[in-house]
Amino acid sequence: MAIEVKIPTILRTYTAGAKAVDGSGETLSALIDDLDASHPGIKGRLITDDGGLHRFVNVYVNDEDVRFTGSLDTALKDGDAVTILPAVAGG
Amino acid sequence: MLSIDRDTRDAILAHARREHPDEACGVVAGAEGSDRPARLLPMRNAARSPTFYEFDSADLLQLYQEMAAKDEEPVVIYHSHTATEAYPSRTDVTYASEPNAHYVLVSTRAADVDEFRSFRIVDGVVTEEPVEVVESYA
Repeated sequence: MAIEVKIPTILRTYTAGAKAVDGSGETLSALIDDLDASHPGIKGRLITDDGGLHRFVNVYVNDEDVRFTGSLDTALKDGDAVTILPAVAGG
Repeated sequence: MLSIDRDTRDAILAHARREHPDEACGVVAGAEGSDRPARLLPMRNAARSPTFYEFDSADLLQLYQEMAAKDEEPVVIYHSHTATEAYPSRTDVTYASEPNAHYVLVSTRAADVDEFRSFRIVDGVVTEEPVEVVESYA
C-alpha cells in the first residue's frame, strides 16, 4: 500500500529535502504515524497535543480538504494522493 | 532585501485599497530559487475581515498546484493591515510558515500615505529588510 504525500517546504527538513514521500495507512491518522516512523518529528508539526489536526496546516486527500471528510479518521486506500500545505493566514 | 518591480508593488497597494476596510491578501509567485517576484496572484480573503485574513482552503490547494506545475514558489506573501502599521502582528508570526518567502505588509490606515514593508519571518523571528523597487527586470 503506497500513498504519495506531498511535503511543504517548511517540513522538508524532516524528509531530507524531498518534496514528496511515500507512506501507508488505512486512515490519515495511521498514515501520519507511519510518516513519523520514517521521518521522526513530522507528526508533532501536524498534530496538536490534544490529538487534533493542527490549525496551521491543511491536509488534502485527492484534492479534498480532510476537514470535510472526517479529519484524521479520513479513510485512505492504495494510490491516494495526500497534500500537506501550511495555511496562509494572519491578522 | 526584497527586489520588486514598480508595477507589481503598485498593484499590491491598489489591491489593498480596493479591499479596505477588509484586509487584502495574495502572493507573488516566481521561479523556484530565483527570489524574483514575477507573477502577481491576488487571493480572496476567505475571512472577509478588517483584522484577519485567510486563503480559502480550496484556493490554497489550487494555488500551490499551479505554482508546482510551473516550478514556481511564493516569493512574496502579502497582506494589508487596515488600522495599524505595516508590521507583522503576533497572529502573522504564528502562522508564517514559508521560510523562503518575503512577507510584505501594507497598511491602508491613512488614505493618502502608502506603507509597504517587507519582512522575513523564520521560526517566530521577524526581521525587516529593505525594499528595492525596480522599473523592470532586464
